[in-house]
Amino acid sequence: MITFFLNGQEVSEHNIQPDMTVLRYLRTRQSLTGTKEGCGSGDCGACSVLAGEMHNGEWHYRAINSCITFLAQIDGKSLITVEALANGSELHPAQQAMVDKHGSQCGFCTPGIIMSLTALFENTPSDKTFTLHEIYDALSGNLCRCTGYKPIIDAAKSMKSYPGKVKAEIWTPSSTSPSNKGETSNEEGQSWSARTESELKEILAHHPDARIVAGATDLALEVTQMNRRINKLVAINQIDSLKTISEDANYITIGGAASLTDCEKVLEAHFPEFAQLLERFAARQVRNNGTMGGNIANASPIGDAPPVLIALNADIEIAGANGNRWIPLDTFYLDYKKTLLQTGEYIRAIRIPRREACEHLKVYKISKRIEDDISAVLLAIKVKVQGGQITAVRTGFGGMAAIPKAGAAIEAALINQPMTVETFRKAGEKASEDFQPFSDVRATAGYRIQVTQGLLEKAALEILNPESVSRVEQIFTTTLSAKDVVNTYDPQENNNA
Amino acid sequence: MRKLIDVEDNKRMRPAKGKTGESMKHESAAKQVAGTAVYVDDMPELPNTLHVAVGGSQYAHAFIKSMDLSAVEKAPGVVKIITVKDVPGHTDIGPVFPGDPVLVESECEYIGQPIFAIAAETHEQAKAAVGLAQIQYKELEPTLTVDKAMKDQFFVRPTHSHQRGDADKALSDSEHVISADFYVKGQEHFYLEGQISTVVPTEDGGMDVFTSSQHPTEVQKLVAEVLDISINKVNVEVRRMGGGFGGKETQAAPLACIASLLAHHTKRPVKYRMSRGDDMIMTGKRHAFQNDYKVGFNEQGLIQGAVINVAGQCGNSPDLSDAIVDRAMFHSDNAYYLNNATITGYRCKTHTVSATAYRGFGGPQGVITAELMMDDIARHLGEDPLTIRKRNLYGVKHDSMRLEDGSIDPRNETHYGQTVEQEVLPELISQLEESSEYWKRREEIKQFNANSAFLKKGLALTPVKFGISFTVQFLNQAGALVHVYTDGSIQVNHGGTEMGQGLYVKVAQVVANEFQVDLDTIQVTATRTDKVSNTSPTAASSGSDLNGMAARDACLRIKAGMIKYAAELHGTSEDKIRFESNHVVAVKADGEEVWTPFAEFTQNAYMARVPLFSSGHYQTPKIHYDRNTGKGRPFYYFANGASVSEVIVDTLTGEYKVTRVDILQDVGASLNPAIDIGQIEGAYIQGMGWLTTEDLVWSDNGRLLSNGPATYKIPAVGDTPIDFRVKLMEQLPNKEETIYRSKAVGEPPFMLGISAWSALRDAVSSMAEYKFSPPMNAPATPECVLNAVNETRKHIANS
Ligand SMILES: Cc1cc2nc3c(=O)[nH]c(=O)nc-3n(C[C@H](O)[C@H](O)[C@H](O)COP(=O)(O)OP(=O)(O)OC[C@H]3O[C@@H](n4cnc5c(N)ncnc54)[C@H](O)[C@@H]3O)c2cc1C
Ligand code: FES
Ligand code: FES
Repeated sequence: MITFFLNGQEVSEHNIQPDMTVLRYLRTRQSLTGTKEGCGSGDCGACSVLAGEMHNGEWHYRAINSCITFLAQIDGKSLITVEALANGSELHPAQQAMVDKHGSQCGFCTPGIIMSLTALFENTPSDKTFTLHEIYDALSGNLCRCTGYKPIIDAAKSMKSYPGKVKAEIWTPSSTSPSNKGETSNEEGQSWSARTESELKEILAHHPDARIVAGATDLALEVTQMNRRINKLVAINQIDSLKTISEDANYITIGGAASLTDCEKVLEAHFPEFAQLLERFAARQVRNNGTMGGNIANASPIGDAPPVLIALNADIEIAGANGNRWIPLDTFYLDYKKTLLQTGEYIRAIRIPRREACEHLKVYKISKRIEDDISAVLLAIKVKVQGGQITAVRTGFGGMAAIPKAGAAIEAALINQPMTVETFRKAGEKASEDFQPFSDVRATAGYRIQVTQGLLEKAALEILNPESVSRVEQIFTTTLSAKDVVNTYDPQENNNA
Repeated sequence: MRKLIDVEDNKRMRPAKGKTGESMKHESAAKQVAGTAVYVDDMPELPNTLHVAVGGSQYAHAFIKSMDLSAVEKAPGVVKIITVKDVPGHTDIGPVFPGDPVLVESECEYIGQPIFAIAAETHEQAKAAVGLAQIQYKELEPTLTVDKAMKDQFFVRPTHSHQRGDADKALSDSEHVISADFYVKGQEHFYLEGQISTVVPTEDGGMDVFTSSQHPTEVQKLVAEVLDISINKVNVEVRRMGGGFGGKETQAAPLACIASLLAHHTKRPVKYRMSRGDDMIMTGKRHAFQNDYKVGFNEQGLIQGAVINVAGQCGNSPDLSDAIVDRAMFHSDNAYYLNNATITGYRCKTHTVSATAYRGFGGPQGVITAELMMDDIARHLGEDPLTIRKRNLYGVKHDSMRLEDGSIDPRNETHYGQTVEQEVLPELISQLEESSEYWKRREEIKQFNANSAFLKKGLALTPVKFGISFTVQFLNQAGALVHVYTDGSIQVNHGGTEMGQGLYVKVAQVVANEFQVDLDTIQVTATRTDKVSNTSPTAASSGSDLNGMAARDACLRIKAGMIKYAAELHGTSEDKIRFESNHVVAVKADGEEVWTPFAEFTQNAYMARVPLFSSGHYQTPKIHYDRNTGKGRPFYYFANGASVSEVIVDTLTGEYKVTRVDILQDVGASLNPAIDIGQIEGAYIQGMGWLTTEDLVWSDNGRLLSNGPATYKIPAVGDTPIDFRVKLMEQLPNKEETIYRSKAVGEPPFMLGISAWSALRDAVSSMAEYKFSPPMNAPATPECVLNAVNETRKHIANS
């Protein structure tokens, strides 16, 4: 049985299709049709709801895409949908601001926008206003085809000026005690919500065919987009030991089921470039559910985290019935979508060596749209520069081959060379030795190669001009002047990093 | 008798709130934010409702050799399968010309074209069953590109030209002649609410249809036709759509027809909701166009003549393509006097899903060609593009430009013979030039570009002049129905549909204005074919022009009865009765004013047996167009606007950002400034999306690869320019007698997005000191921009 709160009311379900999504459940079982389906693939945000988790006696809410969340993942959580926000005829500040700023036209995206704005509102202390950046971040996973977003941004800016009464009954329901393994079943199959690793191992031992689900932001697409059925599903997103994030003298360690959102802080502290990439990794709702472990296990050639982790020499811990082992991530991928992971095993943790002061990490994502898009090319490079020489280098590429991997020829062209633009330009010429990328819906092979070269050049320019603005994604001003940007391609004569 | 008067009403002795010209909220805003606004999929399902999925062709061009649906039939939950043989009536549901089979009989003409339909107990069961069909095809050679269609003269409709003067002669007489060709891709509508219809069979053998359609009357007619019943047995209701943008003008009908067929066979309610993927694959999009121009001009850049060809990729059937390519032709001049011009439009047939209406209706593909030409002329002469644009505007006279009789050429006649009577753009552009500080920024940008290694800024001002009216004359009519009830509340209904554009609130404001009552006393109700019949689609930006006028007509008829009654009652003449401040005011012969609250007045009028409801009708005056000669006045008036976009481009990767946009739009005397500004902002971003990130990619065998939002990227929140300033041109009522002298706003600002594309080209061009016009097709994805950079580098290397 799974138990959760729905708009403050406790609900238990035991007879449920294992791959039932939260969206379908809300719309067809609960007649809560305020939550909309715009795509069923996590891209539009029309289905956004808030999911609350209890930490230290307090509920913390985040926006998620209900269309690609399985009901099994909701065990023990508190769900809030758009219908519950208003207090009688008194609208929530997010709602009232949207009305007052003319933020809805056709209105179909609106419930989802409201939920994203509500998450922003509720998670920001009442005396603090939001930056434009925070507003974009909150709304990055919500598409609106009508408004052009301007009035929605205006609504976000003005929300704080509305009083807003706390509707305690929906936000702080009294905590529920977890039920045994959160098991549900119907004639089609079973699902579980494991609470401990031993429960997980037990379930996997009895049901080796059960699919592990962390955030479901990849897995659910099999159901909603490919019409496949998943008859056995085990959710791992409630296992505390898989969600811990820690650091010691040598490593940063991230639990295999820690959400991408939870990774942001530690990455910001140690690998700002990686943290910055996360801002362009899907969008807020997806990051709230999705995990780094899932990103690695999914083994997509266009996953964003693996190339960065490869460049950072990260290891992963694999656990299973036969015990645990650490392996370097770059040995994990065997071929397209093939990994070392055996049936019944799971990724327990990811550990990243700390970065030395003389090591520069540069991470670039190229896609058609800046927000919420999949990489055409992902390039990560870590170079150690000592006395103007490159003394160590490690790269990771996504979108360039069947698996995420390093570029050996590129690395060879960089090592023990002077830290100059020319060196990186020459290394770029090796790109087609390392990679023979595909042409697909996102980019042609030619573009992938050329952009790899351009990015290597840019990495050099950035390392040599650390104060300059060099990426359009970082421009949030209209007054950028020539002294803010890189002025010349060949600054190395007067600037040796 | 029940109590009829709302005593509250006495308090409303003050000017009515919510009349036209005020920024009232969208009529559904409060419901939309609360999640209580009901869309078709949200309506409580009747017990027994069946769900539809449709099996489509796996080949772009093929004959069906055999079809085995036995596995589909046996799949869990499947109740009924139909093929074209199960259609009792018409099997072709082409909206204007035949060519759109409701289900394919033998020849498949695009991947995804519906072949069979099934009804199952659940949506998931229906979707799962579809894949079990065994269909054998005989593959035929497909035509997938405009190039091939042009080569084979493979057209869905005949080619058509507009001609003014002698373009060839003008070209040979010109000091400068340049030419270019250009390909602009189509665009997926991506309305957030996918296509959907729910139908319920009626006791009369008819069908009640709830659909997300911009054209309920056509849905009604086509459902009647496929079922072989009379139109009066079908009722169609559209309360609201979750976006339309033209994508639900003709494309909603197939769903209603297929659902009705299944309902007819099963006698059960049927819902057909397309998944996003099916919607993107199976329903039409904006036309891609392959255009070219050859233009002659003098040293000042003044155009002497132009030959322009526009070739629309129409997909497999005519659908609305005749009129769409016509509109591309009508707009190939955009805002510029071409003088001698030959404009030819081709309607290319390809084995891809039939292209359809999309905001601008071919106009944008014409306009962008004119803007491409302007940029190219400017680069050729080394002038700023804005200078060249301004010189060539309609109505801007030049002493050197004379007619044969020696008089100064007024330069105000289009290539199809319509005179541009209200010249708005010269003044509008000069205001925008100033408010956006175009020239100051131009200098700053040149400075920036000269001192930046690889980030380059670009700037462009592009105008739009958009013709308002359906070019098919009979569509320029509308009906409305207004009821005044005895408590003074009013209900208004009309043939227009609400898709987010704010039509319902605008028409309600018209009614509020006519009766001078508060907007909150007016209820708009769902568009229904049994309330107002024989309606035109809500399209061509005409919604409020047409329906506002029809509603006003209904109000005037009701008011006439009321006025007559009031005059008699108070022994005064009809011209002494007025509506003011929620009251009806009668000025008696002795000058005394009698103020009666509107509610009380309606009750009295009812008791005196005065009719309190009326229909209204409107037909647009003045318009005519002879397609044989290609001359006439197809447009009642033009709506104008201009925008300035600034971008920054990364020439190492092709990535870019639109940083600042200034817009000035002519909406005449606005019915609702807030709604109009919302339309303009949304249209700009949608137009920008079309030309930047929205990239329809097809495989070599005609399969749509960008078939979901994961691969097809409409603008997201961060694509909204950081600095986005939208203003309405003030004090410029429409010269024509439109509804309160307002102007249409739905489509025209879509084309303002062209300034973003033009600015990208400007940024790349800066690498060659603005002396080279890099080729840049649309959409200008980062890859496309990087290709333009490569071309520019090549040009620099070679010169
Ligand atoms: C709209 C959208 C945008 C996206 N954008 C991006 C993007 O920009 N960049 C990007 O890289 N990805 C993107 N993704 C993909 C996805 O979000 C990520 O791959 C995410 O990290 C997956 O994590 P998850 O926890 O949701 O995985 P799940 O979907 O739960 O699982 C994915 C796979 O990994 C397995 N698995 C999960 N956790 C473990 C574990 N601990 N041990 C063993 N196996 C496990 C599952 O069985 C499944 O096969 C996007 C997805 C969506 C829907
Ligand atoms: S429906 Fe689009 S993200 Fe869920
Ligand atoms: S209001 Fe229509 S999609 Fe946002």
